[in-house]
Amino acid sequence: MELDNVKKLLERYFEADTTVAEEELLRDYFSKENIPDDLKPYAPLFGFIAKAKKERFAKPLDLGPEKKLGGSSLYKWLSIAAAVVLMFGVYFGKTYYDEKEVEQQQAQYAYNETKKALDLLAQNMERGTEKMAYLNEFVEAKDKIYNKN
Amino acid sequence: MQQADFLKIVGPFQDKLYRLAKRLLVSREEAEDATQEILLKLWAKKKNMGQYKNVEAFAVTMTKNFCLDRLKSKQAGNLKLVHTNYKEGGSSLQKKVEAKDSVSWVQKIMEDLPEQQKMVLQLRDVEEYDYDEIADMLEMKPTAVRVALSRARKTVREKLMQKHSYGIG
Repeated sequence: MELDNVKKLLERYFEADTTVAEEELLRDYFSKENIPDDLKPYAPLFGFIAKAKKERFAKPLDLGPEKKLGGSSLYKWLSIAAAVVLMFGVYFGKTYYDEKEVEQQQAQYAYNETKKALDLLAQNMERGTEKMAYLNEFVEAKDKIYNKN
Repeated sequence: MQQADFLKIVGPFQDKLYRLAKRLLVSREEAEDATQEILLKLWAKKKNMGQYKNVEAFAVTMTKNFCLDRLKSKQAGNLKLVHTNYKEGGSSLQKKVEAKDSVSWVQKIMEDLPEQQKMVLQLRDVEEYDYDEIADMLEMKPTAVRVALSRARKTVREKLMQKHSYGIG
């Protein structure tokens, strides 16, 4: 690039009037060895820019453990809720079942007692009926006597 | 979105974010932390990523805001300690004297520029964005970008000329 051109570009560079491509030309020019004395003071600026471009972000990036897409926390809370519901279910279910069993035992006991009582009654009735058989004998005997006469 | 997809999106511009952060925060460690934080924030927002028409510009704006906040809170912390402020001025002069080669001299000059000029110079000369993009990223008007850029370049030139004629450093 001609010296005149460079000077013009520099002028516009400091007025912020150059394009990105023109600035590239300037950087190129100043990265060369043979720069005339009157332009030498500018060299460090373009040297600095060229050096600054080379800096890299070197720290490894840790984004944390890979999560499942969306709703993963919802899923987690749902399973906790389900476990709680299940535990309550088991707890109350057990009490309910126990209550039922006690009730059933009581009912069984009452049934047995009633049955015993009815059996007793039935036995006594039997005895009563046996005695009634004698009465029948008496009625028959009386009928015979009456019929004969 | 999986991690691999995300890394593919941020890969081309994560160095740019880091360089901008370093331009503002100066220290490498702080710039790395800031960049990491920005990328993690982007990762957290990955569901909305489709909505941004330009993820890169969005990330640059995030970096700018994050670093300026950092600087503001750092400055607020410094103001309480009057003595460190005095010391601060002295040490930056010290640093200038210590600048060995002329390229690191430019770096010292850059450190003294106002934040906005630093960012404009960085985004234009180093990252080669055009004025409209920079205006968008820095939430400025394009004309203001040009003015800030011209001022920044001229300040650097002035200091370089001074150095050249007095032969400091």
